[in-house]
Amino acid sequence: MPDFLPATLFELSPAEWTAIRLSLRIATVATLASLPFGILTAYALARCQFPGKTLVNGIVHLPLVLPPVVTGFVLLMLLGRKGVFGPYLAEIGVVFSFRWTGAAVACGVMGFPLMVRAMRLSFEAIDRRLELASETLGANRIWTFFLVNLPLAVPGVIVGAILAFAKALGEFGATITFVSNIPGETQTISAAIYSYTQVPGGDAAAMRLTIVAVFIAFSALVASEIIQWRAAKRLGNVE
Amino acid sequence: MIEVDVRLQVGAFSLDVAFANGAGVTALFGQSGSGKSLTLSIIAGLIKPDAGYVRLDGETLVDVATGVFVPVSRRRIGLVFQDSNLFPHLSVKQNLLYGRWFAPRGERRIDFDAVVETLGIANLVSRSPTRLSGGERQRVAIGRALLSCPRLLLLDEPLAALDMQRKLEILPLIERVRDEFDVPIIYVSHAVEEVLRLASRVVIIDAGRVTSVGEPAEAFNRIAGAPAANRFDRSSILAATVEETSVAHGLTKLNHPAGTIWVAGSAGNCGSLARVIVKATDVILSRVLPQEISTRSILSGKVANIQFDGAIATIEIDLKDDGRLLATITRGALEDLALKPGSYVYALFKTAALDERAIGMASAQGE
Repeated sequence: MPDFLPATLFELSPAEWTAIRLSLRIATVATLASLPFGILTAYALARCQFPGKTLVNGIVHLPLVLPPVVTGFVLLMLLGRKGVFGPYLAEIGVVFSFRWTGAAVACGVMGFPLMVRAMRLSFEAIDRRLELASETLGANRIWTFFLVNLPLAVPGVIVGAILAFAKALGEFGATITFVSNIPGETQTISAAIYSYTQVPGGDAAAMRLTIVAVFIAFSALVASEIIQWRAAKRLGNVE
Repeated sequence: MIEVDVRLQVGAFSLDVAFANGAGVTALFGQSGSGKSLTLSIIAGLIKPDAGYVRLDGETLVDVATGVFVPVSRRRIGLVFQDSNLFPHLSVKQNLLYGRWFAPRGERRIDFDAVVETLGIANLVSRSPTRLSGGERQRVAIGRALLSCPRLLLLDEPLAALDMQRKLEILPLIERVRDEFDVPIIYVSHAVEEVLRLASRVVIIDAGRVTSVGEPAEAFNRIAGAPAANRFDRSSILAATVEETSVAHGLTKLNHPAGTIWVAGSAGNCGSLARVIVKATDVILSRVLPQEISTRSILSGKVANIQFDGAIATIEIDLKDDGRLLATITRGALEDLALKPGSYVYALFKTAALDERAIGMASAQGE
């Protein structure tokens, strides 16, 4: 084995396993929870005309262009213990600050623009005449959405979800600003790697987690390619 | 019955049409850009008119004055587009049953098996629409619209995207749909042959206005004198009696007061009245009765009127005793023959130039 690779390359410590499990849980919850909102926002931006559409589009894209730390700080001001909505949420038992749920919120917000962009493209690509055909056959817009738009947008929805999931796994700035870096509660793979690089002798652990991060991200990409290819084949776009 | 009286301004184009349909097929006929598809979109509810109303079986679908607008999905009007627009993610069977599911339970009077059998698509039901040919797709689209049990079926140039072979395959299927399922049909087309064969009533639209309404042969002859935008669209309709069917050659001999017309295939029983559409560009004129010539349909008549359009002249011929025939020839030929109003001419056209859409049984229409 080369010198720069630690001998204990594949021996993950319990603390490292915790970070991995937590990362997967946060990324999964963030993706699933933002999925319905992402789909609705993408459909509305692709197909509906409403006042303030440009503003909505801008707000959705803000986390993509703002420094992540700023997004984290805004979340802290809104949802933190002393934030605008935090105290009211606390009264009904919902607390985000310094909890893994808060990390999921931060990851969901950061991944949202990526998710919406991919989904919007695939809603826009649907032939409008299919929607008209559906309506002349008696389906109102809601039925048409579930029977025509959504099934035809599935490849884009999957890509959007995978992008959001990958973003959630890698999210660092907004998460650490909003919910800090607490092992076992808010310390994701990225935060753990950062911590290990700050202490002497932590390089081996950082390297192990890096390999895990690469493996998870790559698996997600391969999975999305396979799902997309199958969907395209079903719709007759691939011979 | 559908009653339409609408006005709509789209840019520089103004649409102002009013008509009603009857049972069977009503054709909306006109050049591209005449406003017939726009009218159809207003009936279906895809476009709102600026003024006027649309009523179906007494129910108001749109009335601008009272602010009534029934959304597309609640009109129960079937629409078949030029390209079939089948749902690619559903099977043929799911496509066919899509509209049926939304039809009120008590109104599902059209039977799935009957439609599948009539349209000859039984072997396609388990397939994906992405694997069908153009003609198959269009048959499924017609079946899908029919199975939604509509109160009115709109066909927007359903054959326009198909080649001649497919057209000839699907045209009789539309006739069967007309005769077997009791759904009134509005058929938009710019093909005279299709309109004559299918429709019992035609509404001719030109530049956003209704120019003629009535029984097809009558309505077309009324506008025959008016210059068509394109010389290939000028046709005349001849009524003739079936005299005999030559089994050996598959030909039918029709008797017209001005001469004999031969058509390929059947045109009805002996003694019945048949209609033949002759394109003006298919007609040859001669001042003498030609001898030893392959053309078998020769009619005699007198030049009534001549119109010029650049190098082309359109000649209106009063046929002997009955009917009027249009012929387009070049200006040079016109001068060589020294034709002028009152000249006697023989008009010839090839049997092979009349396709099956051009021959209709007059008795099947006009009810």
